[in-house]
Amino acid sequence: MLDPFLLRAGLAGVGLSLAAGPLGSFVVWRRMAYFGDATSHAAILGVALSFAFHLPLYAGILAVAVTVALFVSALGGRGHQTDTILGVVAHSALALGLVAVSFLPAVRADLSSYLFGDILAVGWSDVLLIWAGGAAVLALLAWRWDGLITATVNEELAQASGVDPGRERLALTLALALTVALSIKIVGALLIAAMLIIPPAAARGHAATPERMALLATLAGALATLGGLWASLVADTPAGPSVVAAAFVLFLLSLAGRRR
Amino acid sequence: MNLLEARDLGVRHGDNTILHGIGLSIAKGEIVTIVGPNGAGKSTLVRALIGLEPAATGQVLRAPGLRIGYVPQRLKIEAGLPMTVRRFLSLPHRVTDSAASEALARVGVPGIEGQQLAGLSGGQFQRALLARALLSSPDLLILDEPTQGLDQPGIAAFYRLLSDLRGQTGVAVLMVSHDLLVVMSASDRVICLNGHVCCEGAPEHVSAAPAYRALFGAGEGGVLALYRHHHDHDHDHDHHHGGGHPVRGAEGDHHHA
Repeated sequence: MLDPFLLRAGLAGVGLSLAAGPLGSFVVWRRMAYFGDATSHAAILGVALSFAFHLPLYAGILAVAVTVALFVSALGGRGHQTDTILGVVAHSALALGLVAVSFLPAVRADLSSYLFGDILAVGWSDVLLIWAGGAAVLALLAWRWDGLITATVNEELAQASGVDPGRERLALTLALALTVALSIKIVGALLIAAMLIIPPAAARGHAATPERMALLATLAGALATLGGLWASLVADTPAGPSVVAAAFVLFLLSLAGRRR
Repeated sequence: MNLLEARDLGVRHGDNTILHGIGLSIAKGEIVTIVGPNGAGKSTLVRALIGLEPAATGQVLRAPGLRIGYVPQRLKIEAGLPMTVRRFLSLPHRVTDSAASEALARVGVPGIEGQQLAGLSGGQFQRALLARALLSSPDLLILDEPTQGLDQPGIAAFYRLLSDLRGQTGVAVLMVSHDLLVVMSASDRVICLNGHVCCEGAPEHVSAAPAYRALFGAGEGGVLALYRHHHDHDHDHDHHHGGGHPVRGAEGDHHHA
């Protein structure tokens, strides 16, 4: 009764949530929301490059996402006003990507699936890549977990305890770039940041420790994916936006259920 | 036998020289307080001693295997980050429940493990930070204005606590403080800083030193003088102190026992 395409979509979405829950929690804790936007908008540019140079789609996106993330990190450290820089990069990356895509008829015809995702069209190879990539992100975060949390609480405190905040920042930057590359087919470049931020935001009021918040964010992300898929099936709505809308509903419910 | 020593240490921020010619040392079990007006470079000095600020000149020497417990000046917990006191004590190295509760009891806030860090009062928060610093069994505690935001009894209690801890564990303490009156009673040695070490020595000697009086005024008026201080004060009379005097003038004299 479960169509294979639905099974693949569900698995892909849940696999992404495994990485996006903990990583998104860091995005919230470190106020990196705009940073997530800048990196994910660059994904469109990555799509264009992949097609222009006949690279594998994920490789092109990953390369551009890593470049943009490192570029922004480097500029941020040089005394530029960070949110201005991020705003410049986020919108420029999106605009350049859209311009680049206009030269590539193959992508142009399919543009909305890259902007908003096409989770119902993922193949088994996508599912495999998403799980492998998600596991890599999760392993990276788990490996550095205590150092990451310490550096997130306070960079000086971390440094005085022998943790290098710069290295932890780099780990997060790379994890973010990888997650962006994995997300493109599921929610698309415009909504990736939503899946990083909304589930942790929904989890915040119900968690006493960072670990619990990351876990709840993962569950919320998985639930939103399945809920959004279901809604998309029943009401024939676009899948990517439906998943984000489902996450938003969970967020509203979390506010209502919040103990004060 | 010194735990930590700075030799001719200088720190620059861009073109601004924040600190120059700093010579100081901390011995085992000593309580040393750094005082000085706003902008004197107190926090910068502490950060340089820990290695958070690169030295432009000179060097910082640490005893081999020295363990430092650091309590920063300000620690703002991001509202989006849930953090219980218990979890915080395990950063970055996990500690056992019994070690955590013992550390909290030792600093006078037993049983607050389950509370959110962001929900603590100022005094509780400082003690939680101190408990975390103690869990690494430090040889040296470095505290940057640990009593900021505490009321007068709270400040006195906090210094008493530090003195007790030193008595129990033999930990040395280096701190920055604005609370001149309490500092004078709680410290073994006071270092008066204003871009350089103006004078240093036992509290009763430092408070009588001309360089100190130039910075803070004399007696009870000292606290007020802190905020009226002019930075172009004259240090010439420092050098009139004899060699055996416990107060050492700073300029040109960086040799410390």
